[in-house]
Amino acid sequence: MSGVAEPERGWVDAELAQELPELVLWTVVAGAQPARRSSPEVRRRLGMLASRFRGGDAVQLRRRPVPHAYRVFFRQIGLDPDDQRTPAEEAAMRRLIHGGFESRGALEDALLLAVVETGVPVWALDDATLDGPLGVRGARAGEQRPRADGFADDLPAGRLVVADAAGPVAVLFGEPDARHAVTRRTERIRLFTLQVGGVPDVHVEEALWTALDAGWPR
Amino acid sequence: MVLIDPYAQELTLGLVTETDERAARRTLRDQIARLEAQLADCVATAFAARDVVPFAIAGAHGPRVLGIAELERVRDDLAERLAGARRELTAIGLAQERARVRLERMLLAPGEHRFARVSTAELGEGGCGVYQVRPRLGLIGMLAGWWHVKLSSGCPLAT
Repeated sequence: MSGVAEPERGWVDAELAQELPELVLWTVVAGAQPARRSSPEVRRRLGMLASRFRGGDAVQLRRRPVPHAYRVFFRQIGLDPDDQRTPAEEAAMRRLIHGGFESRGALEDALLLAVVETGVPVWALDDATLDGPLGVRGARAGEQRPRADGFADDLPAGRLVVADAAGPVAVLFGEPDARHAVTRRTERIRLFTLQVGGVPDVHVEEALWTALDAGWPR
Repeated sequence: MVLIDPYAQELTLGLVTETDERAARRTLRDQIARLEAQLADCVATAFAARDVVPFAIAGAHGPRVLGIAELERVRDDLAERLAGARRELTAIGLAQERARVRLERMLLAPGEHRFARVSTAELGEGGCGVYQVRPRLGLIGMLAGWWHVKLSSGCPLAT
């Protein structure tokens, strides 16, 4: 994976770090926009994963250590994982509804492979729209979340967000805001992931490398 | 007798510090983690037994650091749901146990349980099979008192 930077730890607001000491944000600059379509190898891997995954696995998922850790964390920060599903369970549900992991493009497939294979979610951002390193903090009063239609939603103070120096980039475990989402004009992509208590470092590294390997093959 | 509520600030004389509250929140988060693990076990066990136990817990609005009261509410909701799930699982287990005993009695003395039926679903097994006490050779067996337990061939064919 020549030309790809090593994963780096993002910052976590000091007060938040005291409260949730095991919450870590990892980022890595992946590189240029990958090809539009996934390679046949990636599509074959998605097909194999889909064929190995059955209905019972979707229920058993909550007992596996890594998806379970995200479920617990969801509860601890006031999210109901049966309402807003954890990323691994969301992928499992997609598999059950569509009957397979359908290919949606090289980047989406790379992120999907990472979460299905490791249970650790990975998100992608347009690097050019970011101001400095990424971190996690509570939203400040008056901060807003821009939408794709040009309007913006108010963020309640204290809402946990992934942010750069300029402001919130995404709500924790939500999709990136429209301003920072990867588009056709994106020249460089930055990946990030969230590690919570109970998720070993090796799984986080594996998730990032899986995404990099699938999206930006050597 | 004087009852002291440790969370009532006016009675603590300033002894409950931010650190104490943080420790309390950490304890509550640990309790939530344990309860979630137990609830996940119950849900998965019920699924394996081809049944469903209720497990949904209402979440707060959006991700944020929860205070003691909110964490307590999540913990209490989880504990309540877990208790309900365990009651449900116990009832399922007892019903399956009763069905198993009925089946054993049918196998031991078919003549005393003529035409009795136990489905595999009642036993917590998959498929549509039904154990039934039936006479051997039809009418002849019925008249002669030749009874045995037969397992039906399974699910009806899809039309």
